[in-house]
Amino acid sequence: MEERRINVVVNGEPKSVDVEPRLLLVHFLREVLGMTGTHIGCDTTNCGVCTVLFDGLPVKSCTMFAVMADGHEVMTVEGLGLSSELHPIQEGFREEHGLQCGYCTPGMMMASKALLDENPNPTEEDIRWGLAGNLCRCTGYQNIVKAVLWAAEKMRSDAGVISR
Amino acid sequence: MYPSRFHYEAPRSLDEAFDVLRVYGDEAKILAGGQSLIPLIKLRFAAPAAIVDINNIPGLDYHEEDSDGSLNIGALCRHRTLERSPLLRSKNPTMAATAPLISDPMVRTRGTLVGSLCHADPQGDWASVMLALGGEIIAQSVRGERVIPVSQFVVGPFQNTLHPDEIAVRARVPAPRGTRSGTYLKLERRVGDFATVGLAVVLETSGGTIVRAGLALTGVGPNNIQCTAAEQSLAGKTLNTSTIEQAARLAAEAAQPRTDVRGSAEYKRHVVYTFVTRALSNSQARAA
Repeated sequence: MEERRINVVVNGEPKSVDVEPRLLLVHFLREVLGMTGTHIGCDTTNCGVCTVLFDGLPVKSCTMFAVMADGHEVMTVEGLGLSSELHPIQEGFREEHGLQCGYCTPGMMMASKALLDENPNPTEEDIRWGLAGNLCRCTGYQNIVKAVLWAAEKMRSDAGVISR
Repeated sequence: MYPSRFHYEAPRSLDEAFDVLRVYGDEAKILAGGQSLIPLIKLRFAAPAAIVDINNIPGLDYHEEDSDGSLNIGALCRHRTLERSPLLRSKNPTMAATAPLISDPMVRTRGTLVGSLCHADPQGDWASVMLALGGEIIAQSVRGERVIPVSQFVVGPFQNTLHPDEIAVRARVPAPRGTRSGTYLKLERRVGDFATVGLAVVLETSGGTIVRAGLALTGVGPNNIQCTAAEQSLAGKTLNTSTIEQAARLAAEAAQPRTDVRGSAEYKRHVVYTFVTRALSNSQARAA
């Protein structure tokens, strides 16, 4: 069995692991590292529940091999905030009831982070385009959009006081 | 769900990549963005013996205008970069209109224009754009460089004319023969879907007269369709109700739509007619 040593920084921590080349990044995160916050929702690269940040940019971790992350940085929802110290995006999803079952939520939040990192003052339309790759079966999206708007305003008012 | 096993190489130069291709021949697949290849491998529609990951090869992630006015897009230039490109916005409105309509933001982070052309999905948007622009693929191998017009590069569903030892290193858009205008219109059932109908329009005008017209269709044939008759009907003309109607009719006749989940053939043909009319009527090349 052919394995390769990969060195990936995940949520700020270096990980050095031998993996088969065919191991998907999402399986590496969930099954090798035990970080089950990133979800698997389809088999067709459609749903976006597996969204993580790869060198700060949003990717579908089900559509990358773990070996492609060698030498790169990955951020998952576990790195977004702690229950003792929520990220404003997580607070927004709580405040605006941006989830029901929660299955799409980690992917939604990571895609939202990428959006807000690039555009700290998005319109509703910007948010809907930025989350176009993330599907939700429960909410009808309107509270997700409100959650991101809430988070954007919180982050703008926090800026200069606390950096996240 | 789980890919079958493959040998994996991540060369750090094109020469290293060619070495791997020499060993594996047509059993190897090049991996750039992987946003089309990896889904196929996951479903086991593709099971290459070897994957050659070119993401670590420097000098391929550019897009830039040459001194002769042509545009070169490297093999690792991502859709995301093209989406945000001031160069495209000012020099190539058709490409600027297309990039944000490719799939979704995550796919655009990794996927590449050159990879999209190589994958030759009949519902791929970029091939229509490149046909309308008269674009080319430049392929490299140990034997040297080969320039392949896109019309001779994509020859069937998921079929390109690369030799097994070749890598497509860039796409090239020739310099315009006038002021360039145009757009890409895409009808989709939902955001991120493949096109029900896609239309790439490129107009190169001088003094209000069309020097060169490019029209190509996505999703209404076994591959992207270049509407040669419609293009020729516009060359040397100005845009008016009559020339627009004729081009729209010829483009609709060139389409080969099939009835499927996205709509009936008659509906799709009507969308082609409507899109051409709309794109040309709204064109900046149209005299006020």
